[in-house]
Amino acid sequence: MPEESNPGVPPQPEAAKPAETAPAEETKPAVTPLSAEVKAAPPPAAAPAVPAKPATPPAASPAAPKPAVSPKPATPAPAPWDSELVTRLKAHYGSAIQEALTYAGQNYFVVEKGIVRELLERLRDDDKFDYCVDVTAVHYPKREKAFDLIYVLYSFPNNVRIRIKTQVADGEKVPSVVALWPTANWLEREVYDMFGIQFEGHPDLKRILMPDGWKGFPLRKDYGITQQDKEWVQINVGIESAQ
Amino acid sequence: MSPTNPIPAFDLKEKTYLDSNELIINMGPQHPATHGVLRVILKLDGEKVLGLECVIGYLHRGVEKIAENRTYAMFNPYVDRMDYVAAVSNGLGYCEAVEKLLHTEAPPRAKYIRVILTELNRIASHQLWLGTHALDIGALTPLFYTFRDREEILKIYEKYCGARLTTHAFRIGGLQYEAYDGFQKEVKAFCDFFEPKIDEYEELLTTNRIWIDRTRGVGTISAKDCIALGVTGPVLRASGVKWDLRKAQPYCGYQEFDFEIPTGENGDTYDRYLVRMAEMRQSLRILRQAVDRVPDGPIMAKIPKVLKPPSGEVYHSIEAPKGELGYFIVSDGSTQPYRIRVRPPSFVNLQALELMVRGQLVADVIAVIGTLDIVLGEIDR
Repeated sequence: MPEESNPGVPPQPEAAKPAETAPAEETKPAVTPLSAEVKAAPPPAAAPAVPAKPATPPAASPAAPKPAVSPKPATPAPAPWDSELVTRLKAHYGSAIQEALTYAGQNYFVVEKGIVRELLERLRDDDKFDYCVDVTAVHYPKREKAFDLIYVLYSFPNNVRIRIKTQVADGEKVPSVVALWPTANWLEREVYDMFGIQFEGHPDLKRILMPDGWKGFPLRKDYGITQQDKEWVQINVGIESAQ
Repeated sequence: MSPTNPIPAFDLKEKTYLDSNELIINMGPQHPATHGVLRVILKLDGEKVLGLECVIGYLHRGVEKIAENRTYAMFNPYVDRMDYVAAVSNGLGYCEAVEKLLHTEAPPRAKYIRVILTELNRIASHQLWLGTHALDIGALTPLFYTFRDREEILKIYEKYCGARLTTHAFRIGGLQYEAYDGFQKEVKAFCDFFEPKIDEYEELLTTNRIWIDRTRGVGTISAKDCIALGVTGPVLRASGVKWDLRKAQPYCGYQEFDFEIPTGENGDTYDRYLVRMAEMRQSLRILRQAVDRVPDGPIMAKIPKVLKPPSGEVYHSIEAPKGELGYFIVSDGSTQPYRIRVRPPSFVNLQALELMVRGQLVADVIAVIGTLDIVLGEIDR
């Protein structure tokens, strides 16, 4: 039974079907950045379907990385989220709360950047979201507002977790929430370090994981996986290249 | 302070010897008591810590960037290398997060074996913490005791999946390996073997005068500060907050087990020690229940060979030995994750270091770094 559905793992010793070794190799071409073209094996996990694959990866076109629609028939999609909290906030903020959605049992808001700081403060004080779990970002270079900024909040008294998502354009400043949750200090620094999003009012906004003088923001999509700040490496490490 | 710089006699009227000398010293990144490559810049007044700054990133490997260039299954072994002393927990969090994205779940048998391996890992992680923490403070013996006993857990891992540290024990959708013959028996034997060993550790430390003097009242942090700083895990519980994700938001079938959440009262280093000792006992309790009840059945869910989670995003977190370990995964419907964010417990917990040691002695910095139980591989990723 295990061998039916193991993606790209070496064969199991006691059940080594000859077909098992093939998929392990087949999945490898997918290493090339964002080649979403390994479409050959659709959901009905059947091992014999594999041999058809080798033809597809070389045909991968360099551009068009994200397929807009998934080939699956019934794709689970975020559903509207209804709750007392949503109605209350919508009544207060109106259209600034763009969406309230639930996906995979998890609820999140999509809101306008302008109200983020106020909304978070309200959630902390009125709805007891006293624990800021995480602040992070996602880069969508083709979008007008290139970044999604995500706050994960948790309420100890109510045992509820929500996410607040907002879109931020490149170069736009976001109000810092360090004054609300001191934990956001390092989390925002990391977002700045990796994406270059500036937080207004942050007490000490500087790089945290990358070296201070580093140029570029590694987690942006246009930053290559082997890219580096050559000048920094040559000056500080004294080698030609770190690659 | 240095002998080459004697204080002129006339200065002594206005200034004391100490406040004329604020000292900035550097600790690490190569320092045995920083548990890896952590650099701490300390501002001292004599032996008193006025403030500090942590410099991290020496072990930064860009794990989150790597994830965007690998398939879901290929990224799985990478998560073991974040918190490498709790590789199994990292794997559990990752696999469950991707399963959530796939709208599937591991079968019950796989879940039970996952719980067994993860709880063994919690014990192993706490053992390593205890050994090194005691060593930092000056007790050499516990290190040998804990490493001797941790070996038994590593042997089980080795027999199960062939690896001892970076185990890659789980697969997305379940397990790759069926439990070996006698797996349950060996885990049970370990429980019987290890229970008296915890007493042995406690005998060495719990009532030890030196241990108490070095830990009680050191690095105190209140529950309020813990929550504000996002500190989780044993540190939060030692401050009196009865919160454990295994209970608060059960995952992997933890709701089926009967166990307690040990808490402390004072939030000092000594309480954190007691909480972790109690957690090891609770882990044994879970293990005993789990080995008796492992159901039969498949160990792998029906998932496609090529994983293409539908577009969407999930945040999933588990109670790792060090606190809340979260994965935020964004899928664009392709074979590779669009973005994976890891929310490591150590990264957030380390932020509390400054608050915990300000005003204390420089020797206590060592004790507090130890008691926070950080792993730099996870902080820097």
